Amino acid sequence: MTDYIQKISIIVSQGSLEGIYPALIMANGARSEGIEANLFFTFFGLDAINKDRQDHIRLSSVGNPGLHFPTWLGGFPGMSMIMTQHMESKMEKLDIPPIPEFIEMISDTGAGLYACKASVDLFGMSKDDFIDQLDGIITVGDFYQIASGGQMLFT
Amino acid sequence: MTTASYVGIEVELNDEGFFTDPSAWREEMAPMIAKEMGIDELTDEHWRVIRFVRDRYLQTGGGPSVRVLGKTSGVEVKDLYRLFPKGPAKQAAKIAGIPKPVGCI
Repeated sequence: MTDYIQKISIIVSQGSLEGIYPALIMANGARSEGIEANLFFTFFGLDAINKDRQDHIRLSSVGNPGLHFPTWLGGFPGMSMIMTQHMESKMEKLDIPPIPEFIEMISDTGAGLYACKASVDLFGMSKDDFIDQLDGIITVGDFYQIASGGQMLFT
Repeated sequence: MTTASYVGIEVELNDEGFFTDPSAWREEMAPMIAKEMGIDELTDEHWRVIRFVRDRYLQTGGGPSVRVLGKTSGVEVKDLYRLFPKGPAKQAAKIAGIPKPVGCI
């Protein structure tokens, strides 16, 4: 047995910029180390693979103490958009790809992309709502099978 | 730190198996390093990537990430992983005798 991580499964449950990016960076980083990776998008995390929504993912400007400004200010109209644009321009300078491009790249690395069936049903979505790279809409049980023998991350 | 011998030349490798002195590398060593990683044959496509990362290192002092490779080497990300299944940036750097690329993307 080796003491290296050989397989990782990442559950993406949030639909905010700061909820989605860390999961994508961990998945892409795993693949570039030769680690097998699978992503399971559930609840609001589904927005990351939703064709119409993945290009409009916003930073949470309310209730996000990491931003270091008052919550009442974050609640102003347009604040979330301004903060998102600011963050996106900083990421572009570091050559971090936008979410749609990043997910396409992660799929190209051979990582599996799965949508949670219960959440898809809950939000009344169907296969047509998702990007072509999606490998399947599957149950929790199916994902545990795919994840078997590896480590798990919940974001 | 360990040493390895390729084509009769002793070279020093770090704990992860990367050359500590990239100038000690010779093209003839590449197939042997690749074989150790389970890549039995270096095709023209492999060489294209290996030469690209080597040149890039000589120009910039660092090896490119997978994203940079996909955007600039002329080989797409999908194909990079087909050629180097255990991580294209890392494996190509090792075969090309350059340090492990740094960066998270």
